[in-house]
Amino acid sequence: MRTASVEALRVTKRFGNFTAVDDVSLHWKAGSFHALLGENGAGKSTLVKCLMGFHQADAGEIRIAGEPVRITSPQEARGHGLGMVFQHFTLIPSMTVAENLVLARPGLPLIINWKSELARLTEFLRKAPFQVGLQDRVTNLSAGQKQKVEILKELYLETRLLILDEPTSVLTPAEADEVLGLLRGMVERDELSVLLITHKFREVMAFCDEVTVLRRGRLAGTGQTRDLTPSRLAEMMMGEARVERHVAKMEITRRRPLLKIHNLRAKGDNGLEAVRGLSLTVHDGEIVGIAGVSGNGQRELVEVIAGQRGATTGEITVDGAIHSPTREQLRAHRFFTLPEEPLRNASAPRMSVADNIALRVFDVPPFQRAGCLLDRQAIDKFSREVIERFDVRPPIPGRPIDQLSGGNVQRAILGRELSSGEVQVLVAANPCFGLDFKAVDFIHECLLQTRNRGAAILLISEDLDELLALADRIFVMSEGALVHETTPQSADLSLIGRQMAGHH
Amino acid sequence: MQSQPEALGAWGVAIALAGGAVRGSIPYMFVSLGECLTEKSGKINLGMEGVLLMGAMTAFAISDITGSPWLGVAAAAAVGLLLGAMHAWLTQQSSVNDVAAGIAMILFGSGLAFFFGKRFVAPMAPQLPLINLGSWSGSPAIQSALRISPLFFAGAGLAFCLHVLFTRTSWGLKIRAVGDDPQAARALGIPVNTVRFLAITLGASLAAVGGAHLTLYFPGIWSEGISGGQGLMAVALVIFARWSPRRCLAAALLFGGAQALGPSLQSLGVNGYYYLFNASPYLLTLVLMIATCSPNRSLAGMPGALGKK
Repeated sequence: MRTASVEALRVTKRFGNFTAVDDVSLHWKAGSFHALLGENGAGKSTLVKCLMGFHQADAGEIRIAGEPVRITSPQEARGHGLGMVFQHFTLIPSMTVAENLVLARPGLPLIINWKSELARLTEFLRKAPFQVGLQDRVTNLSAGQKQKVEILKELYLETRLLILDEPTSVLTPAEADEVLGLLRGMVERDELSVLLITHKFREVMAFCDEVTVLRRGRLAGTGQTRDLTPSRLAEMMMGEARVERHVAKMEITRRRPLLKIHNLRAKGDNGLEAVRGLSLTVHDGEIVGIAGVSGNGQRELVEVIAGQRGATTGEITVDGAIHSPTREQLRAHRFFTLPEEPLRNASAPRMSVADNIALRVFDVPPFQRAGCLLDRQAIDKFSREVIERFDVRPPIPGRPIDQLSGGNVQRAILGRELSSGEVQVLVAANPCFGLDFKAVDFIHECLLQTRNRGAAILLISEDLDELLALADRIFVMSEGALVHETTPQSADLSLIGRQMAGHH
Repeated sequence: MQSQPEALGAWGVAIALAGGAVRGSIPYMFVSLGECLTEKSGKINLGMEGVLLMGAMTAFAISDITGSPWLGVAAAAAVGLLLGAMHAWLTQQSSVNDVAAGIAMILFGSGLAFFFGKRFVAPMAPQLPLINLGSWSGSPAIQSALRISPLFFAGAGLAFCLHVLFTRTSWGLKIRAVGDDPQAARALGIPVNTVRFLAITLGASLAAVGGAHLTLYFPGIWSEGISGGQGLMAVALVIFARWSPRRCLAAALLFGGAQALGPSLQSLGVNGYYYLFNASPYLLTLVLMIATCSPNRSLAGMPGALGKK
């Protein structure tokens, strides 16, 4: 099957009262590498899900090779040669690569002849752009390898029109360049058309022929990448000029080590060591950043610091005193954490916003009286203050927190952590993951203000730009250990990238 | 066990134990294989105890009424299908929890079995014919130990069939896919709910066949205490067997042997601690659970979506 052009003409998709995609047209030419650019929630995924038959557009038309088509299921989309690699992996973790590829094959007979299936797969891999071990179990693969298997799966199914949904969010820059470069080669040989959903300008400029930009569900611009610049793309994507950060990093001279982690070791869920002898110090008025590709022990590290996971050895001290995460010590050390996925890790999802905001303080006066009675009025007043100061929407204290959007859960939990007492130590993990840029700016401001007031902040983030903007010192974490230390001023990006990828 | 233990001594215990392991393993085998099939699809059926009792009662009643023990086994399997379908339907409702539904199924199944079984307490129904493998030996102990129920061979064969199903057939891959990551399975176009429905239904049917063994084998009577919690222990056994059908077979033999410990020692004249030895399967369950489960790591081999919606 050859590649073909795919067009979405004036497509609109509503969910209830909310219009996710509003009168958007996309012209993805045959044999081209097309980018679909936009912030989170701009409608990119909804638009391609209409192409793939997951959603039915409420208005508009889809054409493949110029012919109007109606696609009502992903299977029909596959019939047109369309295939999609999702942000979330669709590989079965406990199976081998071979089992995953075979399972996806249409027309698989009831009794599997593994000999002939393996021969077919080996033959297919001989011509494939990248190689994977057929007998490797998916759980043991790195994110980059999984991404490659996902793409191989699509190629094995003879997909000629490949949609990639933010494929590089889990890859190191070097891995991303490798994967996109190889796909670019296939596009140039006219074996494939690629539609790349992304919010990274660098990928658009380096690999794509054309770009379509969405903003808040509407078409914000389109054009050839060679006629565009990153700043022009940013304008289209953001719509409004980004407000300059008005909190500057204050120079802090007092340097007192506040948070010390010494030779910390911890096991992961699979029983293997995930944190391998990690030591670091964070001083007052300092943000120490930990960069790294996810899955290198960061989650386990944060869980140990937050008290959700036991350490095998090692100790954590705050201002010289051993720290263990009991309520008394958290309070005495004024120690706060902002873990990733706060809905899961830092809140009681079905409890109200007010109760969640009070979780740090409900058992001390003035919120608790006579040793056991909660003062609902005091809790209500406190939560209203936090909701207002941190702009949590909707501002309804009684609403269960799991009904809030991700950004607002993040604001509520950040509000709780920063309002429950003067912060001495703050540990934050991926605090801006999946948030729009206004929320990101707000959270960054809060972190900088907290730093400027003299707190020690440990910031674990997969977003290197965030660390370069906020941190005073940056470590790279790889395979459970800190392998590289630098400062934002002297950072060498290609060196950091290599360290993140495990080439020490 | 009605042999001359004095003549065979310690050998007598070993042979009685081996025979007891084979005999006692059958319900464990069928229930754990049924549960293994269910859990591979990502669902838990704690109600196997209820299914086992309904299977036992139905097999007994039909064997008694028709005079054919094999019809009894078939009827048990059919009742298992119905109970399984019920559990599958229940647990696929949006706000139903697997464990709660399972406990309800234990109570429902055992209650129903006790209710319909009332009129069958007392008589002895026709039993399943046994396969005699010990005629070469002059020793009655060996002969008795080698009179084996055909259900044992069926169960052992089934374990290997399930292993082949999970590794070498597209149905098996689909069941594992659904149990490990239903979202990914949906993206592959696998009908998650249908696959789970079938796995739960067939799994319960297997467990009911295990129940048939309880009443259609010596002494061949129906009583309310007949299962003694074997249906629940078999569910625990699947975890110990790490969701592998072949290891389920081995674990079932181990539990069967533990169950035979008390009676075997009694045959040797050791009567003290009889009840303590009879408690050995329960103790074994506890010990294995503590030994194999750790809060610090998730279990290898566990279906990724087990018990989740």
